[in-house]
Amino acid sequence: MLWDMDVKRLAPVPDIRTEAVAAKLSVSGVSHRFGSQTEGVLAISDFSLDIRPGSFVSIIGQSGCGKSTLFNILAGLLPPSSGRITLDEADITGQAGMVSYMLQKDLLLPWRTVLDNVIFGMEIQGVSKPEARARAVPFLERYGLGGFADSYPGMLSGGMRQRAALLRTLLCNKEVILLDEPFGALDAQTRLRMQAWLLTLWRDFGLTVLFITHDVDEAIYLSDEIVVLSPRPGRIRETLLVDLHRPRGREIVTDPRFAALKAHCLALLFEGEAAGQGALP
Amino acid sequence: MSATADPAPVVVRKSGVLLKQTPAWSANRVAAIQVGLLLGVFILWEIAVRAEWMSNFFWSKPSDIARTMVIFFREGTAFQDTWFTFRATVIGFVAGSALGAVIGLSLWWSQNWARVWEPFIIVFNAIPKLALGPLIILMFGIGISSKIAMAIALTFVITALAAYAGVKSVDQDLVRLTYSLGGRRRDAFFKIVLPSAMPWIISSLRINIGLALAGVLIGEFISSQFGLGKVILYAGATYDIALIWAGIAILSALSMVLYGAVVWLERKLLRGLHAAGHVGAPG
Repeated sequence: MLWDMDVKRLAPVPDIRTEAVAAKLSVSGVSHRFGSQTEGVLAISDFSLDIRPGSFVSIIGQSGCGKSTLFNILAGLLPPSSGRITLDEADITGQAGMVSYMLQKDLLLPWRTVLDNVIFGMEIQGVSKPEARARAVPFLERYGLGGFADSYPGMLSGGMRQRAALLRTLLCNKEVILLDEPFGALDAQTRLRMQAWLLTLWRDFGLTVLFITHDVDEAIYLSDEIVVLSPRPGRIRETLLVDLHRPRGREIVTDPRFAALKAHCLALLFEGEAAGQGALP
Repeated sequence: MSATADPAPVVVRKSGVLLKQTPAWSANRVAAIQVGLLLGVFILWEIAVRAEWMSNFFWSKPSDIARTMVIFFREGTAFQDTWFTFRATVIGFVAGSALGAVIGLSLWWSQNWARVWEPFIIVFNAIPKLALGPLIILMFGIGISSKIAMAIALTFVITALAAYAGVKSVDQDLVRLTYSLGGRRRDAFFKIVLPSAMPWIISSLRINIGLALAGVLIGEFISSQFGLGKVILYAGATYDIALIWAGIAILSALSMVLYGAVVWLERKLLRGLHAAGHVGAPG
Protein backbone atom coordinates (compact mmCIF):
# COMPACT_ATOMS: atom_id res chain seq x y z
CA MET A 1 0.00 0.00 0.00
CA LEU A 2 1.40 3.33 -1.01
CA TRP A 3 0.26 5.19 2.04
CA ASP A 4 2.46 2.98 4.15
CA MET A 5 5.41 4.04 2.13
CA ASP A 6 7.61 4.99 5.05
CA VAL A 7 7.82 1.33 5.91
CA LYS A 8 8.50 0.47 2.34
CA ARG A 9 11.32 2.93 2.10
CA LEU A 10 13.18 1.30 4.95
CA ALA A 11 12.92 -2.15 3.44
CA PRO A 12 16.17 -3.32 1.88
CA VAL A 13 16.19 -3.00 -1.88
CA PRO A 14 17.47 -6.17 -3.53
CA ASP A 15 20.44 -5.64 -5.75
CA ILE A 16 18.88 -6.37 -9.07
CA ARG A 17 22.17 -6.90 -10.81
CA THR A 18 23.24 -9.85 -8.76
CA GLU A 19 20.13 -11.54 -7.45
CA ALA A 20 18.08 -13.72 -9.73
CA VAL A 21 14.50 -12.50 -9.34
CA ALA A 22 11.38 -13.29 -11.31
CA ALA A 23 10.50 -10.58 -13.82
CA LYS A 24 7.92 -8.04 -12.71
CA LEU A 25 6.82 -7.25 -16.21
CA SER A 26 7.65 -9.54 -19.04
CA VAL A 27 7.18 -8.83 -22.73
CA SER A 28 7.62 -11.78 -25.03
CA GLY A 29 7.66 -11.76 -28.79
CA VAL A 30 5.47 -8.70 -29.23
CA SER A 31 4.99 -7.55 -32.81
CA HIS A 32 2.53 -5.05 -34.12
CA ARG A 33 1.48 -4.22 -37.61
CA PHE A 34 -0.83 -1.31 -38.41
CA GLY A 35 -3.27 -1.84 -41.23
CA SER A 36 -3.58 -5.15 -43.02
CA GLN A 37 -1.58 -8.10 -41.79
CA THR A 38 0.31 -8.44 -45.05
CA GLU A 39 0.72 -4.90 -46.36
CA GLY A 40 0.43 -2.80 -43.20
CA VAL A 41 3.30 -1.00 -41.54
CA LEU A 42 5.26 -3.13 -39.12
CA ALA A 43 5.78 -0.89 -36.10
CA ILE A 44 7.33 -3.36 -33.68
CA SER A 45 8.99 -6.60 -34.48
CA ASP A 46 9.51 -9.45 -32.05
CA PHE A 47 10.14 -7.35 -28.96
CA SER A 48 11.02 -9.30 -25.82
CA LEU A 49 12.12 -7.84 -22.51
CA ASP A 50 12.09 -8.90 -18.87
CA ILE A 51 11.90 -6.11 -16.35
CA ARG A 52 12.96 -6.92 -12.83
CA PRO A 53 10.96 -5.59 -9.90
CA GLY A 54 12.10 -2.20 -8.70
CA SER A 55 14.27 -1.51 -11.71
CA PHE A 56 14.35 1.61 -13.84
CA VAL A 57 14.52 0.76 -17.52
CA SER A 58 14.74 3.33 -20.30
CA ILE A 59 13.95 2.81 -23.94
CA ILE A 60 15.64 5.06 -26.45
CA GLY A 61 15.38 5.12 -30.18
CA GLN A 62 14.79 7.46 -33.08
CA SER A 63 11.42 9.06 -33.70
CA GLY A 64 8.97 6.66 -35.23
CA CYS A 65 10.69 3.53 -34.01
CA GLY A 66 7.49 2.28 -32.42
CA LYS A 67 8.19 3.24 -28.80
CA SER A 68 4.80 4.75 -28.23
CA THR A 69 3.08 1.85 -29.96
CA LEU A 70 4.90 -0.47 -27.60
CA PHE A 71 3.66 1.52 -24.61
CA ASN A 72 0.10 1.53 -25.89
CA ILE A 73 0.36 -2.25 -26.10
CA LEU A 74 1.86 -2.57 -22.61
CA ALA A 75 -0.85 -0.30 -21.20
CA GLY A 76 -3.46 -2.54 -22.78
CA LEU A 77 -4.84 0.21 -25.00
CA LEU A 78 -3.83 -1.60 -28.17
CA PRO A 79 -3.95 -5.37 -28.64
CA PRO A 80 -0.67 -6.51 -30.25
CA SER A 81 -0.71 -8.44 -33.53
CA SER A 82 1.23 -11.15 -31.74
CA GLY A 83 3.08 -11.79 -28.50
CA ARG A 84 2.10 -11.57 -24.87
CA ILE A 85 2.68 -9.44 -21.80
CA THR A 86 2.73 -10.78 -18.27
CA LEU A 87 2.67 -8.92 -14.99
CA ASP A 88 3.80 -10.98 -12.01
CA GLU A 89 3.51 -13.98 -14.29
CA ALA A 90 -0.17 -13.35 -15.05
CA ASP A 91 -1.14 -12.67 -18.64
CA ILE A 92 -2.32 -9.06 -19.03
CA THR A 93 -2.14 -8.80 -22.84
CA GLY A 94 -4.79 -6.35 -24.01
CA GLN A 95 -5.97 -5.53 -20.48
CA ALA A 96 -6.09 -1.84 -19.64
CA GLY A 97 -5.67 -0.51 -16.14
CA MET A 98 -3.05 -3.02 -14.98
CA VAL A 99 -0.06 -0.71 -15.20
CA SER A 100 0.08 3.06 -14.88
CA TYR A 101 0.75 5.09 -17.97
CA MET A 102 1.81 8.67 -18.34
CA LEU A 103 2.28 10.67 -21.53
CA GLN A 104 4.31 13.70 -22.46
CA LYS A 105 1.13 15.77 -22.37
CA ASP A 106 0.19 16.17 -18.74
CA LEU A 107 -3.49 15.54 -19.59
CA LEU A 108 -4.78 17.31 -16.52
CA LEU A 109 -8.50 17.98 -16.72
CA PRO A 110 -8.84 21.75 -16.97
CA TRP A 111 -12.18 21.79 -15.15
CA ARG A 112 -10.82 20.05 -12.06
CA THR A 113 -8.61 21.47 -9.35
CA VAL A 114 -5.12 20.06 -8.91
CA LEU A 115 -6.27 17.95 -5.98
CA ASP A 116 -9.21 16.56 -7.92
CA ASN A 117 -6.92 15.85 -10.85
CA VAL A 118 -4.51 13.95 -8.66
CA ILE A 119 -7.30 11.74 -7.32
CA PHE A 120 -8.69 11.06 -10.80
CA GLY A 121 -7.07 7.63 -11.05
CA MET A 122 -8.19 6.55 -7.60
CA GLU A 123 -11.68 7.79 -8.38
CA ILE A 124 -11.80 5.66 -11.54
CA GLN A 125 -10.74 2.70 -9.47
CA GLY A 126 -13.71 3.19 -7.20
CA VAL A 127 -12.26 5.05 -4.23
CA SER A 128 -14.79 7.54 -2.91
CA LYS A 129 -13.94 11.19 -3.50
CA PRO A 130 -13.55 12.25 0.15
CA GLU A 131 -11.33 9.28 0.89
CA ALA A 132 -9.23 9.79 -2.23
CA ARG A 133 -8.79 13.45 -1.33
CA ALA A 134 -7.74 12.56 2.19
CA ARG A 135 -5.14 10.16 0.83
CA ALA A 136 -3.82 12.59 -1.76
CA VAL A 137 -3.37 15.69 0.39
CA PRO A 138 -0.25 14.45 2.27
CA PHE A 139 1.35 13.53 -1.05
CA LEU A 140 0.67 16.95 -2.51
CA GLU A 141 2.33 18.52 0.49
CA ARG A 142 5.27 16.19 0.53
CA TYR A 143 6.00 16.57 -3.15
CA GLY A 144 5.80 20.33 -3.48
CA LEU A 145 2.21 20.86 -4.60
CA GLY A 146 0.73 21.62 -1.18
CA GLY A 147 -0.10 25.25 -1.95
CA PHE A 148 -1.74 24.38 -5.25
CA ALA A 149 -4.36 21.83 -4.20
CA ASP A 150 -7.24 24.17 -5.00
CA SER A 151 -5.70 25.82 -8.05
CA TYR A 152 -6.73 24.90 -11.54
CA PRO A 153 -4.12 23.39 -13.89
CA GLY A 154 -4.26 26.48 -16.10
CA MET A 155 -2.57 28.48 -13.34
CA LEU A 156 0.38 26.10 -12.96
CA SER A 157 3.77 26.07 -14.67
CA GLY A 158 4.69 23.19 -16.95
CA GLY A 159 6.84 21.55 -14.28
CA MET A 160 4.10 21.76 -11.68
CA ARG A 161 1.58 20.30 -14.09
CA GLN A 162 3.88 17.35 -14.76
CA ARG A 163 4.30 16.83 -11.04
CA ALA A 164 0.55 16.70 -10.61
CA ALA A 165 0.25 14.28 -13.54
CA LEU A 166 2.97 12.07 -12.11
CA LEU A 167 1.34 12.04 -8.69
CA ARG A 168 -1.94 11.08 -10.29
CA THR A 169 -0.15 8.20 -11.97
CA LEU A 170 1.54 7.09 -8.77
CA LEU A 171 -1.56 7.29 -6.59
CA CYS A 172 -3.24 4.73 -8.80
CA ASN A 173 -1.24 2.33 -6.70
CA LYS A 174 0.21 0.33 -9.55
CA GLU A 175 3.66 -1.13 -9.12
CA VAL A 176 4.69 -0.68 -12.74
CA ILE A 177 4.57 2.71 -14.39
CA LEU A 178 5.17 3.55 -18.01
CA LEU A 179 6.42 7.06 -18.70
CA ASP A 180 6.36 8.19 -22.32
CA GLU A 181 8.74 11.14 -22.58
CA PRO A 182 7.19 12.78 -19.55
CA PHE A 183 9.64 15.67 -19.50
CA GLY A 184 9.94 16.16 -23.25
CA ALA A 185 8.04 19.44 -23.24
CA LEU A 186 9.84 21.04 -20.31
CA ASP A 187 12.71 23.52 -20.41
CA ALA A 188 16.18 22.16 -19.66
CA GLN A 189 16.41 23.25 -16.04
CA THR A 190 12.94 22.20 -15.04
CA ARG A 191 13.68 18.90 -16.71
CA LEU A 192 16.77 18.35 -14.54
CA ARG A 193 14.79 19.13 -11.43
CA MET A 194 12.00 16.78 -12.49
CA GLN A 195 14.47 13.96 -13.14
CA ALA A 196 15.86 14.21 -9.63
CA TRP A 197 12.31 14.35 -8.29
CA LEU A 198 11.34 11.29 -10.28
CA LEU A 199 14.27 9.35 -8.79
CA THR A 200 13.08 10.33 -5.31
CA LEU A 201 9.60 9.06 -6.09
CA TRP A 202 10.96 5.89 -7.64
CA ARG A 203 12.89 5.14 -4.48
CA ASP A 204 10.11 6.23 -2.10
CA PHE A 205 7.44 4.19 -3.83
CA GLY A 206 9.59 1.20 -4.75
CA LEU A 207 8.36 1.37 -8.31
CA THR A 208 9.25 -0.49 -11.43
CA VAL A 209 9.64 2.14 -14.14
CA LEU A 210 9.71 1.86 -17.89
CA PHE A 211 10.74 5.17 -19.37
CA ILE A 212 10.78 6.38 -22.97
CA THR A 213 13.08 9.23 -23.90
CA HIS A 214 14.99 10.78 -26.77
CA ASP A 215 17.61 12.13 -24.45
CA VAL A 216 20.63 9.88 -23.92
CA ASP A 217 21.84 11.83 -20.88
CA GLU A 218 18.43 11.50 -19.28
CA ALA A 219 18.36 7.78 -19.95
CA ILE A 220 21.79 7.17 -18.41
CA TYR A 221 21.19 9.44 -15.43
CA LEU A 222 17.94 7.73 -14.51
CA SER A 223 18.23 4.09 -15.48
CA ASP A 224 19.54 0.74 -14.40
CA GLU A 225 19.17 -0.54 -17.91
CA ILE A 226 18.85 1.10 -21.31
CA VAL A 227 17.18 -0.59 -24.24
CA VAL A 228 18.25 0.85 -27.58
CA LEU A 229 15.73 0.32 -30.37
CA SER A 230 16.46 0.21 -34.06
CA PRO A 231 14.48 2.44 -36.43
CA ARG A 232 11.18 1.11 -37.73
CA PRO A 233 10.30 -1.62 -37.27
CA GLY A 234 11.28 -1.26 -33.63
CA ARG A 235 13.43 -4.11 -32.49
CA ILE A 236 16.00 -4.29 -29.74
CA ARG A 237 19.46 -3.27 -30.94
CA GLU A 238 21.16 -3.70 -27.64
CA THR A 239 20.45 -3.67 -23.93
CA LEU A 240 22.97 -1.75 -21.86
CA LEU A 241 23.48 -2.06 -18.13
CA VAL A 242 24.14 1.25 -16.39
CA ASP A 243 26.72 0.41 -13.79
CA LEU A 244 26.72 3.68 -11.88
CA HIS A 245 26.24 4.01 -8.15
CA ARG A 246 23.03 5.34 -6.62
CA PRO A 247 21.90 7.78 -5.44
CA ARG A 248 23.28 9.69 -8.36
CA GLY A 249 24.12 13.35 -8.24
CA ARG A 250 24.29 15.68 -11.18
CA GLU A 251 28.09 15.40 -11.21
CA ILE A 252 27.66 11.85 -12.49
CA VAL A 253 27.82 13.23 -16.03
CA THR A 254 31.56 13.78 -15.54
CA ASP A 255 32.14 10.13 -14.67
CA PRO A 256 34.18 8.44 -17.42
CA ARG A 257 31.80 5.48 -17.38
CA PHE A 258 28.95 7.90 -18.07
CA ALA A 259 30.81 9.33 -21.02
CA ALA A 260 31.65 5.88 -22.35
CA LEU A 261 28.01 4.77 -22.11
CA LYS A 262 26.86 7.94 -23.79
CA ALA A 263 29.29 7.50 -26.65
CA HIS A 264 28.17 3.92 -27.06
CA CYS A 265 24.47 4.83 -27.05
CA LEU A 266 24.94 7.61 -29.56
CA ALA A 267 26.96 5.33 -31.79
CA LEU A 268 24.13 2.81 -31.73
CA LEU A 269 21.51 5.44 -32.42
CA PHE A 270 23.32 7.04 -35.32
CA GLU A 271 24.80 3.89 -36.73
CA GLY A 272 24.91 3.87 -40.51
CA GLU A 273 24.77 7.63 -40.87
CA ALA A 274 27.78 9.22 -42.51
CA ALA A 275 29.97 11.23 -40.17
CA GLY A 276 29.21 14.94 -40.20
CA GLN A 277 25.82 14.27 -41.71
CA GLY A 278 23.95 13.17 -38.63
CA ALA A 279 23.00 15.41 -35.75
CA LEU A 280 25.77 14.16 -33.49
CA PRO A 281 26.58 16.69 -30.83
CA MET B 1 25.85 49.64 -46.98
CA SER B 2 27.25 49.45 -50.42
CA ALA B 3 29.86 51.93 -51.48
CA THR B 4 28.44 52.37 -54.97
CA ALA B 5 24.81 53.36 -54.19
CA ASP B 6 24.05 56.73 -52.67
CA PRO B 7 22.33 56.44 -49.34
CA ALA B 8 18.68 57.45 -49.44
CA PRO B 9 18.03 60.87 -47.91
CA VAL B 10 16.74 60.59 -44.39
CA VAL B 11 13.61 62.58 -43.59
CA VAL B 12 13.79 64.03 -40.13
CA ARG B 13 10.40 64.68 -38.58
CA LYS B 14 10.16 67.88 -36.69
CA SER B 15 7.45 66.64 -34.38
CA GLY B 16 5.66 63.40 -33.49
CA VAL B 17 1.98 62.71 -33.76
CA LEU B 18 -0.16 63.76 -30.84
CA LEU B 19 -2.68 61.01 -30.10
CA LYS B 20 -5.93 62.36 -28.79
CA GLN B 21 -7.26 60.41 -25.89
CA THR B 22 -10.97 60.41 -25.22
CA PRO B 23 -11.72 59.60 -21.61
CA ALA B 24 -14.26 56.78 -21.18
CA TRP B 25 -17.78 57.98 -20.33
CA SER B 26 -19.20 56.93 -17.02
CA ALA B 27 -21.83 54.20 -17.01
CA ASN B 28 -24.42 56.71 -15.79
CA ARG B 29 -23.70 59.06 -18.64
CA VAL B 30 -24.07 56.25 -21.18
CA ALA B 31 -27.35 55.17 -19.59
CA ALA B 32 -28.65 58.74 -19.53
CA ILE B 33 -27.91 59.14 -23.24
CA GLN B 34 -29.63 55.85 -24.00
CA VAL B 35 -32.77 56.85 -22.11
CA GLY B 36 -32.65 60.27 -23.75
CA LEU B 37 -32.50 58.73 -27.23
CA LEU B 38 -35.46 56.49 -26.48
CA LEU B 39 -37.53 59.36 -25.07
CA GLY B 40 -36.57 61.47 -28.07
CA VAL B 41 -37.94 58.84 -30.45
CA PHE B 42 -41.22 58.62 -28.52
CA ILE B 43 -41.62 62.37 -28.35
CA LEU B 44 -40.89 62.83 -32.05
CA TRP B 45 -43.33 60.04 -32.81
CA GLU B 46 -46.04 61.68 -30.69
CA ILE B 47 -45.45 65.07 -32.31
CA ALA B 48 -45.35 63.64 -35.82
CA VAL B 49 -48.69 61.90 -35.36
CA ARG B 50 -50.36 64.87 -33.67
CA ALA B 51 -49.15 67.19 -36.42
CA GLU B 52 -50.53 64.64 -38.85
CA TRP B 53 -47.21 64.04 -40.56
CA MET B 54 -47.82 60.36 -39.85
CA SER B 55 -51.13 58.56 -39.96
CA ASN B 56 -52.57 57.85 -36.55
CA PHE B 57 -54.48 54.95 -38.03
CA PHE B 58 -51.42 53.02 -39.21
CA TRP B 59 -48.84 54.14 -36.64
CA SER B 60 -50.84 54.93 -33.53
CA LYS B 61 -48.95 57.10 -31.02
CA PRO B 62 -47.12 56.57 -27.73
CA SER B 63 -49.83 58.15 -25.57
CA ASP B 64 -52.50 55.87 -27.07
CA ILE B 65 -50.25 52.85 -26.71
CA ALA B 66 -49.64 53.67 -23.04
CA ARG B 67 -53.35 54.02 -22.45
CA THR B 68 -54.05 50.73 -24.23
CA MET B 69 -51.38 49.04 -22.21
CA VAL B 70 -52.95 50.18 -18.93
CA ILE B 71 -56.37 48.97 -20.05
CA PHE B 72 -54.89 45.70 -21.29
CA PHE B 73 -53.39 45.06 -17.86
CA ARG B 74 -56.30 46.42 -15.76
CA GLU B 75 -59.23 45.06 -17.65
CA GLY B 76 -57.79 42.79 -20.28
CA THR B 77 -55.97 39.47 -20.25
CA ALA B 78 -52.40 40.78 -20.22
CA PHE B 79 -51.23 38.74 -17.23
CA GLN B 80 -52.86 35.57 -18.45
CA ASP B 81 -51.44 35.95 -21.96
CA THR B 82 -47.96 36.87 -20.78
CA TRP B 83 -47.92 33.95 -18.36
CA PHE B 84 -49.06 31.58 -21.11
CA THR B 85 -46.32 32.70 -23.51
CA PHE B 86 -43.73 32.72 -20.74
CA ARG B 87 -44.60 29.21 -19.56
CA ALA B 88 -44.63 27.70 -23.05
CA THR B 89 -41.29 29.36 -23.86
CA VAL B 90 -39.53 28.21 -20.71
CA ILE B 91 -40.84 24.65 -20.89
CA GLY B 92 -40.04 24.41 -24.61
CA PHE B 93 -36.58 25.89 -24.08
CA VAL B 94 -35.67 23.53 -21.25
CA ALA B 95 -37.13 20.44 -22.92
CA GLY B 96 -35.67 21.27 -26.34
CA SER B 97 -32.20 22.02 -24.99
CA ALA B 98 -32.20 18.91 -22.80
CA LEU B 99 -33.40 16.70 -25.64
CA GLY B 100 -30.78 18.17 -27.96
CA ALA B 101 -28.02 17.66 -25.41
CA VAL B 102 -29.04 14.02 -24.91
CA ILE B 103 -29.12 13.40 -28.66
CA GLY B 104 -25.80 15.14 -29.33
CA LEU B 105 -24.03 13.44 -26.42
CA SER B 106 -25.44 10.02 -27.19
CA LEU B 107 -23.71 10.15 -30.56
CA TRP B 108 -20.45 9.64 -28.64
CA TRP B 109 -21.40 6.11 -27.69
CA SER B 110 -21.16 4.67 -31.14
CA GLN B 111 -19.21 6.22 -33.97
CA ASN B 112 -21.06 4.03 -36.43
CA TRP B 113 -24.48 5.14 -35.25
CA ALA B 114 -23.24 8.71 -35.18
CA ARG B 115 -22.43 8.37 -38.87
CA VAL B 116 -25.93 6.98 -39.47
CA TRP B 117 -27.69 9.79 -37.61
CA GLU B 118 -25.60 12.79 -38.56
CA PRO B 119 -27.16 13.48 -42.00
CA PHE B 120 -30.68 13.21 -40.53
CA ILE B 121 -29.87 15.81 -37.92
CA ILE B 122 -28.36 18.11 -40.50
CA VAL B 123 -31.39 17.72 -42.76
CA PHE B 124 -33.73 18.43 -39.88
CA ASN B 125 -31.67 21.51 -39.11
CA ALA B 126 -32.15 22.65 -42.71
CA ILE B 127 -35.96 22.30 -42.65
CA PRO B 128 -37.58 25.67 -41.98
CA LYS B 129 -39.29 24.51 -38.79
CA LEU B 130 -41.85 27.30 -38.95
CA ALA B 131 -43.33 25.43 -41.89
CA LEU B 132 -44.09 22.58 -39.52
CA GLY B 133 -46.40 24.89 -37.57
CA PRO B 134 -49.76 23.86 -39.08
CA LEU B 135 -48.81 20.20 -38.74
CA ILE B 136 -47.82 20.59 -35.09
CA ILE B 137 -51.04 22.44 -34.30
CA LEU B 138 -53.03 19.64 -35.90
CA MET B 139 -51.10 17.00 -33.97
CA PHE B 140 -50.97 18.71 -30.58
CA GLY B 141 -54.13 20.80 -30.62
CA ILE B 142 -54.54 24.52 -29.97
CA GLY B 143 -53.49 24.35 -26.32
CA ILE B 144 -50.10 24.95 -24.74
CA SER B 145 -48.64 21.61 -25.82
CA SER B 146 -48.49 22.63 -29.47
CA LYS B 147 -46.64 25.84 -28.52
CA ILE B 148 -44.16 23.84 -26.46
CA ALA B 149 -43.74 21.41 -29.35
CA MET B 150 -42.96 24.32 -31.69
CA ALA B 151 -40.34 25.63 -29.27
CA ILE B 152 -38.78 22.17 -28.98
CA ALA B 153 -38.75 21.71 -32.75
CA LEU B 154 -36.87 24.98 -33.14
CA THR B 155 -34.36 24.49 -30.36
CA PHE B 156 -33.35 20.87 -30.04
CA VAL B 157 -31.34 20.62 -33.24
CA ILE B 158 -29.24 23.61 -32.25
CA THR B 159 -28.17 21.99 -28.99
CA ALA B 160 -27.83 18.56 -30.60
CA LEU B 161 -25.39 19.92 -33.18
CA ALA B 162 -23.50 21.92 -30.55
CA ALA B 163 -23.23 18.93 -28.23
CA TYR B 164 -22.11 16.72 -31.09
CA ALA B 165 -19.47 19.27 -32.07
CA GLY B 166 -18.37 19.25 -28.43
CA VAL B 167 -18.23 15.47 -28.42
CA LYS B 168 -16.13 15.45 -31.57
CA SER B 169 -13.70 17.96 -30.08
CA VAL B 170 -13.03 15.91 -26.95
CA ASP B 171 -9.30 15.34 -26.46
CA GLN B 172 -8.87 11.66 -27.35
CA ASP B 173 -5.80 11.47 -25.14
CA LEU B 174 -7.99 12.25 -22.12
CA VAL B 175 -10.26 9.37 -23.07
CA ARG B 176 -7.26 7.08 -23.49
CA LEU B 177 -5.95 8.23 -20.12
CA THR B 178 -9.23 7.21 -18.53
CA TYR B 179 -9.04 3.78 -20.11
CA SER B 180 -5.39 3.38 -19.16
CA LEU B 181 -6.38 4.00 -15.54
CA GLY B 182 -8.81 1.12 -15.81
CA GLY B 183 -11.88 3.26 -16.52
CA ARG B 184 -14.88 2.04 -18.45
CA ARG B 185 -16.83 3.80 -21.15
CA ARG B 186 -19.20 5.12 -18.52
CA ASP B 187 -16.27 6.79 -16.72
CA ALA B 188 -14.97 8.27 -19.94
CA PHE B 189 -18.44 9.60 -20.73
CA PHE B 190 -19.29 11.18 -17.39
CA LYS B 191 -15.83 12.32 -16.38
CA ILE B 192 -14.37 13.40 -19.72
CA VAL B 193 -16.90 13.70 -22.54
CA LEU B 194 -19.71 15.40 -20.62
CA PRO B 195 -17.54 18.10 -18.98
CA SER B 196 -15.67 18.70 -22.25
CA ALA B 197 -18.89 19.18 -24.19
CA MET B 198 -20.52 21.36 -21.53
CA PRO B 199 -19.24 24.72 -22.84
CA TRP B 200 -20.56 23.82 -26.28
CA ILE B 201 -23.98 22.93 -24.93
CA ILE B 202 -24.13 26.03 -22.79
CA SER B 203 -23.18 28.26 -25.71
CA SER B 204 -26.25 27.00 -27.57
CA LEU B 205 -28.63 28.11 -24.81
CA ARG B 206 -28.39 31.81 -25.66
CA ILE B 207 -29.57 31.11 -29.20
CA ASN B 208 -32.24 28.72 -28.00
CA ILE B 209 -34.07 31.09 -25.69
CA GLY B 210 -34.79 33.45 -28.60
CA LEU B 211 -35.79 30.55 -30.85
CA ALA B 212 -38.07 29.07 -28.21
CA LEU B 213 -39.94 32.35 -27.90
CA ALA B 214 -40.19 32.60 -31.69
CA GLY B 215 -41.56 29.05 -31.86
CA VAL B 216 -44.20 29.77 -29.25
CA LEU B 217 -45.23 32.98 -31.02
CA ILE B 218 -45.65 31.21 -34.34
CA GLY B 219 -47.74 28.57 -32.61
CA GLU B 220 -49.91 31.29 -31.12
CA PHE B 221 -50.19 33.05 -34.47
CA ILE B 222 -51.46 29.93 -36.14
CA SER B 223 -54.08 29.01 -33.61
CA SER B 224 -54.38 29.70 -29.93
CA GLN B 225 -56.77 30.81 -27.23
CA PHE B 226 -54.12 32.56 -25.17
CA GLY B 227 -50.73 34.16 -25.47
CA LEU B 228 -49.18 37.41 -26.62
CA GLY B 229 -48.94 36.08 -30.16
CA LYS B 230 -52.69 35.58 -30.21
CA VAL B 231 -53.22 39.10 -28.84
CA ILE B 232 -51.04 40.66 -31.52
CA LEU B 233 -52.72 38.66 -34.29
CA TYR B 234 -56.16 39.56 -32.96
CA ALA B 235 -55.23 43.24 -32.66
CA GLY B 236 -53.99 43.22 -36.23
CA ALA B 237 -57.21 41.65 -37.47
CA THR B 238 -59.25 44.39 -35.74
CA TYR B 239 -56.95 47.27 -36.78
CA ASP B 240 -56.11 47.96 -33.13
CA ILE B 241 -52.61 49.27 -33.85
CA ALA B 242 -52.05 50.52 -30.29
CA LEU B 243 -52.67 47.02 -28.95
CA ILE B 244 -50.17 45.56 -31.44
CA TRP B 245 -47.55 47.95 -30.13
CA ALA B 246 -48.50 47.15 -26.55
CA GLY B 247 -48.12 43.43 -27.28
CA ILE B 248 -44.75 44.00 -28.92
CA ALA B 249 -43.60 46.06 -25.92
CA ILE B 250 -44.59 43.31 -23.47
CA LEU B 251 -42.96 40.65 -25.68
CA SER B 252 -39.75 42.65 -25.87
CA ALA B 253 -39.68 43.01 -22.10
CA LEU B 254 -40.36 39.27 -21.70
CA SER B 255 -37.65 38.42 -24.20
CA MET B 256 -35.14 40.62 -22.37
CA VAL B 257 -35.96 39.04 -19.04
CA LEU B 258 -35.56 35.52 -20.47
CA TYR B 259 -32.33 36.40 -22.24
CA GLY B 260 -30.96 37.98 -19.07
CA ALA B 261 -31.86 34.87 -17.11
CA VAL B 262 -30.06 32.63 -19.60
CA VAL B 263 -26.97 34.84 -19.58
CA TRP B 264 -26.99 34.65 -15.79
CA LEU B 265 -27.39 30.87 -15.91
CA GLU B 266 -24.62 30.58 -18.48
CA ARG B 267 -22.26 32.62 -16.34
CA LYS B 268 -23.09 30.51 -13.31
CA LEU B 269 -22.54 27.24 -15.18
CA LEU B 270 -19.33 28.42 -16.79
CA ARG B 271 -17.85 29.95 -13.67
CA GLY B 272 -15.83 26.86 -12.78
CA LEU B 273 -14.64 26.50 -16.35
CA HIS B 274 -13.65 30.16 -16.56
CA ALA B 275 -11.70 29.84 -13.34
CA ALA B 276 -9.93 26.90 -14.91
CA GLY B 277 -8.98 28.93 -17.96
CA HIS B 278 -11.24 26.62 -19.93
CA VAL B 279 -13.38 29.29 -21.47
CA GLY B 280 -16.52 28.65 -23.46
CA ALA B 281 -16.05 26.93 -26.78
CA PRO B 282 -16.79 28.71 -30.03
CA GLY B 283 -20.37 28.09 -30.74
